[in-house]
Amino acid sequence: MEKIKVIVGLGSCGIAAGAGKTYEKIQALRQAENLDFDLKKTSCIGMCYREPLVEIIDQTGSYLYGEIDEIRAVEIIDRHVIHHTPVKEHVVQTDLFPTADNDFMQNQIKITLRNCGYIDPENIDEYEARQGYRAIKKIAGQRISRMDVVQTVISSGLRGRGGGGFPTGLKWKFANDNKATEKYIICNADEGDPGAFMDRSVLEGDPHSVLEGMIIGAYAIEATGGVIYCRAEYPLAIKRLNIALEQARRKGYLGNNILGIQGFDFDIHIKEGAGAFVCGEETALIASVEGERGMPRKRPPFPASSGLWKKPTNINNVETYANIPWIILNGAEAYARYGTEKSKGTKVFALAGKIRRSGLVEVPMGISINDIIFKLGGGIRDGKKFKAVQLGGPSGGCIPEYLAHTPIDYDSVTATGAIMGSGGMVVMDETTCMVDVAKFFLDFTRKESCGKCTFCRIGTKRMLEVLTRITEGKGEQGDIERLQDLAFQIKESSLCGLGQTAPNPVLTTIKYFRDEYEAHIRDKKCPAKACKQLLTYEVIPDKCTGCMVCAKNCPVEAITGERKQVHFIHQEKCIRCGVCFSKCKFEAIRLS
Amino acid sequence: MSISIHETMRITRIHQETVKQEQDPADLSLLEPLLEKYRGKKGSLIPLLQGAQEIYGYIPWNVFERISDATGLKLSDLYGVATFYAQFRLHPVGKNIIKVCHGTACHVQNANTITDSLKEALNVKDGETTPDGLFTLESVACLGCCSLAPVMMVAGEVFGKLTGKEAVRIIRDIRIKENN
Repeated sequence: MEKIKVIVGLGSCGIAAGAGKTYEKIQALRQAENLDFDLKKTSCIGMCYREPLVEIIDQTGSYLYGEIDEIRAVEIIDRHVIHHTPVKEHVVQTDLFPTADNDFMQNQIKITLRNCGYIDPENIDEYEARQGYRAIKKIAGQRISRMDVVQTVISSGLRGRGGGGFPTGLKWKFANDNKATEKYIICNADEGDPGAFMDRSVLEGDPHSVLEGMIIGAYAIEATGGVIYCRAEYPLAIKRLNIALEQARRKGYLGNNILGIQGFDFDIHIKEGAGAFVCGEETALIASVEGERGMPRKRPPFPASSGLWKKPTNINNVETYANIPWIILNGAEAYARYGTEKSKGTKVFALAGKIRRSGLVEVPMGISINDIIFKLGGGIRDGKKFKAVQLGGPSGGCIPEYLAHTPIDYDSVTATGAIMGSGGMVVMDETTCMVDVAKFFLDFTRKESCGKCTFCRIGTKRMLEVLTRITEGKGEQGDIERLQDLAFQIKESSLCGLGQTAPNPVLTTIKYFRDEYEAHIRDKKCPAKACKQLLTYEVIPDKCTGCMVCAKNCPVEAITGERKQVHFIHQEKCIRCGVCFSKCKFEAIRLS
Repeated sequence: MSISIHETMRITRIHQETVKQEQDPADLSLLEPLLEKYRGKKGSLIPLLQGAQEIYGYIPWNVFERISDATGLKLSDLYGVATFYAQFRLHPVGKNIIKVCHGTACHVQNANTITDSLKEALNVKDGETTPDGLFTLESVACLGCCSLAPVMMVAGEVFGKLTGKEAVRIIRDIRIKENN
């Protein structure tokens, strides 16, 4: 009889939720009680809202347990492993009986994430056991030509998953067309969109899939060197990539005459980003790899003809590469079966914000926003109303609730004024101020602007000044027109995608939430009650019972009052964080 | 309306004389293995600076000069790169760096409250170090743990689902531990 397997999810978010301690507890318990089971590690399975996650596989099947802290860990090991009784109330996903979380997992189609959460990412054997490196072996064994590989990728309809949506096969063809003795293939792992963690999960959970994708790409375009540009803020991803590279080299997947293909000499090294969002733009990325300030260059020439060290270079995103081995093994038609006419395949989204089930989901292109938010995501938390969803990070836009039937594909999303982006999806409810959201994104892009183009460098600052005035109650007539005018000019005169898309959040919020802007400017009011300068927190004397809960929770001790006496909020100390308002059980705090 | 050059992105005025007065020269022998590792390799400036920061916690002025000598790159180019990327610090930092995440998901979950509470409790501005050298407070773009918003990272350890009060308590506990 096979030993019971206990697998703990140890991606960055799992560890942040305490999975490291859970793992150690189970390990200690196994030692202390002399128990006989396999204890393994895996990475993020995507169900982040239930972290820490522990999977137990016994002869009856697989049981995924959620929210397993140290105390619950002892409980499930005792009841399930020792006494062979699954603890149904803590199971969040299994094939053996329905659970409340079924909708989250069962509406997904995992291609990119096919191995995440199912293998130990630091073990190449486990990757190989799930068809790992079979794609490159198929190419070598069947002597598939480079052009055939390129054609397969073209036929699959795969489009760049980093946000650009450019047909990947076509990009490879351009790089292949440019003959040179030195060519490069780069993986853009500089996932800088705040709120996006798709690439991080793939790199932490299945690094070999990215390596295999790059090796296949290197074969197709005849690359002589490969670089993975990974942001330094992902230390676990970098660690696992380094381990994976070592393992791949030892097995001959990297090196000289790979898998017997004469003249196919290729290796990959990692370059760490240093904290610049603009380096996600391909020419800025290349400058950074070359050791310079990450400032974009004019295109043409495109990287496919003149890229890294002025040699032909192909750059793709992590998720794009992760799809390649699956496409080669299963065929272009199999991939093209998913998705819509012009947007084939699946897309990974990082669901975050005011949603009940936040985490990573992979869905076929063409699914509606409503389905993602309500079917998979479980709807809005705390019983609030869905207001808008932000797609595409700082380059994207906000799609309002009444457009949530929009299918997710490149063209439909672009038609709303937003962009698909890399996959960050932040859900907002009635307590989110859309003017504040626009200000937040503009603050981000202004800080991250490289400074090269006048309109981006100065224009974003001017737009931010207008937005700040509006949120502080100092908005003036004509401010909206001022913002639109500046937005147009910045978009027109910026060299790179950062400047060209920085005004998008402002433009889409004006388009769909103009009334909020007007309320701020004309009435000096924030309808969502989020803009601090427009709010005052006061105790309502008639309703205050003197329970002292607000005073005890105030982080800056701005509330005074004796027990059973009416309390008082000192305005000069108040930082308007809203904690007192949320804690008061008697609705005795007024926002005005 | 003039724009202060200090407020524009990626432009910092470095006064070499002032910096030399503020910092004691760092021990350059620690740098040698790193310089050897990247000798002759093109495009290695950023890994060199990252390695130096690993060793010293920031990049001291005499380390800049030593790297310039060793690589032949101009001092102005080195400072140009170091001031462009947010990761590089040109001043020493506190023992524990508090990174409060201000990504989109954390922002809609009131990350501002966390930073404000910590600013109050530690009596520092964003980016500053406490006088006792124990803490540096930073705001960072996104730590990638969006399901646990709002999040902060202290000395590599992540704390999620925070409130302002929670954050202050965590810092207070660390201070107590340090003082023992």
